[in-house]
Amino acid sequence: MSRFIVSLAIALSMWLTAHTAFAIDPLPFKDRAEEVRFQNLTRELRCLVCQNQNLADSEAELAGELRRQVFDMMQSGKSDAEIKQYLVARYNDFVLYDPPVKPGTWLLWFAPGVLVLIGAIVIVNILRKRTRQPVAVVSSEEDW
Amino acid sequence: MTSRLIPLLAFIALVALLAFGIQWNKHHEMTEVPSPLIGKNAPEFTLPLLYDANKKVSRADLLGKPYILNVFGSWCPTCQYEHPILTHVLKPLGITLIGLDWRDDPADAQRWLKQFGNPYDAVITDRDGRAGIDFGVYMAPESFLVDANGVIRYKRIGMFTPELVATELKPQLAALDAEPKKNP
Repeated sequence: MSRFIVSLAIALSMWLTAHTAFAIDPLPFKDRAEEVRFQNLTRELRCLVCQNQNLADSEAELAGELRRQVFDMMQSGKSDAEIKQYLVARYNDFVLYDPPVKPGTWLLWFAPGVLVLIGAIVIVNILRKRTRQPVAVVSSEEDW
Repeated sequence: MTSRLIPLLAFIALVALLAFGIQWNKHHEMTEVPSPLIGKNAPEFTLPLLYDANKKVSRADLLGKPYILNVFGSWCPTCQYEHPILTHVLKPLGITLIGLDWRDDPADAQRWLKQFGNPYDAVITDRDGRAGIDFGVYMAPESFLVDANGVIRYKRIGMFTPELVATELKPQLAALDAEPKKNP
């Protein structure tokens, strides 16, 4: 009996995941390679409506239209870079989940590294000072 | 002694950064994506008129006079809030107002405009949203100020308020008026 329930649960969960997998509008891909390319590309593009989702995952109507646009541009032989360029020209670098390194994004790319470096220098300085100084003897007045 | 001050200075710097963040977010919409199209030619479009679908209006037809392209839809609740501002604040400024009915059923748009009134000089329809994508539209309402040469000068993402018209749009319109007139 319990076995039946388990298999029922598995079947149900598979049906549910299958359902969500097909919730996104099906597009007529000519082969698997094209579909994989489409999915990789839309995963790197941000949905402008729900901005913490990518185009591949978003169910916003605009995301559907942008997926359609990406698909149509793929059909007309545009490269991934050209498709990204098309969207960046209209929606800014913000559509890219992987922003390009350029003067405007230097802060974004390098600030974490610089901060870690500053922290490391501070810690090294403190440790050096401590090893040079003799350990302070705690006086009885302070020890309360 | 100076080394003792460093943590305090670091703390003050952190407070300043956080205060700046709070101030910044008060005046900037976090979801607002600045348009890269400002200062560039408005994208080409040829779209049917809402009230006469056989007639089409293109970017070239609108050259020669500045206009505001207001993106709206009957499905868009904020457009309802913006509607009286278009009618009573924007329209009296004398600027041509073009409505772009975005991702909408033309019948619904006609009903919506009949119910609330039509503030537009012309309404064009973009049913499948392709022209909207070309303009980098991602929500409604959005408004573009396009000059007589077809260059986008200013974009408002979200609804106009009387304050925004006064502080942002009016200076742009004044700058357009101050420019020497060119014959297109």
